[in-house]
Amino acid sequence: MSGDLVVLRDISRTYQKGKERVEVLHKLNLTIAECDFLALMGPSGSGKTTLLNLLGGLDKPTSGTVEVGGEALHSMSSGALSKWRARHVGFIFQFYNLLPVLTAQKNVELPLLLTNLGSKERAKRAATALSIVGLEDRAKHYPRELSGGQEQRVAIARAIVSDPTLLLCDEPTGDLDRETADEILALLQALNRDHNKTIVMVTHDAISADYATHTLHLDKGTLAAEATA
Amino acid sequence: MKYFYLVWKSIWRKKVRTILTVLSVLVAFLLYGLLSAFNQAFRGGVDIANASRLVTIDKISLINPVPASYQQKIRAVPGVKQVAMSNWFGGYYQDKKAQFAQFPVNPETYLEVYPELILPDDQKEKWFSTRDSAIVGRDLVNIYGWKIGDRIPIHSEIWTNESGSQVWDFEIAGIFDTDDPRGSTALMLFHYKYFDEGRAFAKGNVGWYVVTIDDPGRAAEIANAIDTQFANSPNQTKTSTEAAFAESFLKQFGNIALIVRLILTAVFFTILLVAGNTMAQSVRERLSELAVLKTLGFVNGGVMGIVLAESILVMLLGGLIGLGSAWLLLVMLAKQTAAVLPGLMLSNEALVTGVLLMVLAGIVAGVFPALRAMRLTIVEALART
Repeated sequence: MSGDLVVLRDISRTYQKGKERVEVLHKLNLTIAECDFLALMGPSGSGKTTLLNLLGGLDKPTSGTVEVGGEALHSMSSGALSKWRARHVGFIFQFYNLLPVLTAQKNVELPLLLTNLGSKERAKRAATALSIVGLEDRAKHYPRELSGGQEQRVAIARAIVSDPTLLLCDEPTGDLDRETADEILALLQALNRDHNKTIVMVTHDAISADYATHTLHLDKGTLAAEATA
Repeated sequence: MKYFYLVWKSIWRKKVRTILTVLSVLVAFLLYGLLSAFNQAFRGGVDIANASRLVTIDKISLINPVPASYQQKIRAVPGVKQVAMSNWFGGYYQDKKAQFAQFPVNPETYLEVYPELILPDDQKEKWFSTRDSAIVGRDLVNIYGWKIGDRIPIHSEIWTNESGSQVWDFEIAGIFDTDDPRGSTALMLFHYKYFDEGRAFAKGNVGWYVVTIDDPGRAAEIANAIDTQFANSPNQTKTSTEAAFAESFLKQFGNIALIVRLILTAVFFTILLVAGNTMAQSVRERLSELAVLKTLGFVNGGVMGIVLAESILVMLLGGLIGLGSAWLLLVMLAKQTAAVLPGLMLSNEALVTGVLLMVLAGIVAGVFPALRAMRLTIVEALART
């Protein structure tokens, strides 16, 4: 039985929009076990991406506590959060967000620039990550030379190259056709199952959510319901 | 260094824009290199001036002669070590457009007051003992291909000799060098006696005196003593340090240093605007990419450093090519202008200053875009994509 990797207590997040205060998350409590594959669903504006940002240390709660792997993210400085992200989290975005001036190999190597690894070791690890996502033959290709599915695979390779505990995916298949989306989701499933990655995936798509082991529904900043696959 | 690849690839994100920016930086530093070299060449006399040397000229103007008889009187002033006389000859060899300096002098005293001129002893003896002989500098030999023993006709545009001709014949007795790398040897020196006895008019006068003194700290006092001696004579004098004399001579052409500085200030201001605009556009276009770097764990200062490094790299790229081009052009030009504008070269000081300027301009042009990148909020930047 795995322990809890993520513990969120009484999380609220409020944004100021002009003179108006908008509460995106309201006193939310959530625990995510290690090696879980959680899908977060909900309508637009329900707070899915905000929650993902809080889990990844990209944002801080207005109130409440965020602990990931026993570390209190809510009280960390910006610099400490950056270093924590580099060690513990991999991000996968809807639009891949690869650097267009770098080849697939160099894009995957990016997170490793923040380590003390030498150039040969960086290249070796990037090649391994690319082979895990099945793109070892596209290492020298630039993002513009790849299909959407291939770009997302490169993004996944970049997310896993530093061997993080937690993968955070924001609509990872939102820009892909069904067939390609299924391939990407199967890959995420394999990373969860075979490589013990804890995955939190935001999605609008119920079919995509079926690949997860749990699905949580967010509505107006609170957790509405939970389903188990 | 591990970030160099990322910085290098980032600057070529928009190739045409980067090439145009690099070209404008190139032109700016080409101009900087050329103007610095010209300024230095013009200032050559000032920079290499010896603190122990004074120059005495007519009080009204350098064009007016002073009597040759003053030499002994100046020599007698306390603190004066040696006095050499000199005169403008205004001649050319074969090509009227290719003018260079020729001075009639007292050979022995002239070499004493200019110890930096190096002439082998046998050539020195030959020059001292041969009345119509001359010594020529290495720079002239390189231009005209002269050798010792050659007889060369020099056409003076000022001095007619007693036979009614403006062509004066000289035998080359020696070739001199200088031990000061900044000094010029595009110069010809010959006997004042040969010149004075041979010229058809203005006999017994000289153009100026060069005076060496035993204590540079007493330069003003000695200069004053020299001038006081001739205060009530028809030919009053004005004595100043060699540096002050060179400076005032230079000012006849205008304040070249100021002109150069103004041109370069305008050029660099424009370059800062061009490069600053390029960097601002570059950052604006890839806010989401910079946010992704932060998401991956790059700290704010690191992202700022990457943007600044890009700006400095663009400056260095254009600047170094520009300075290199200036150096090449100057090497070619220096051969053509060795006689009229000696010392036309890019000095080490100008090179180091140039590189520092590149780095500084890179920082100034990149600082605001870099600050923007540093302050970028990941959530807001990613929300825009």
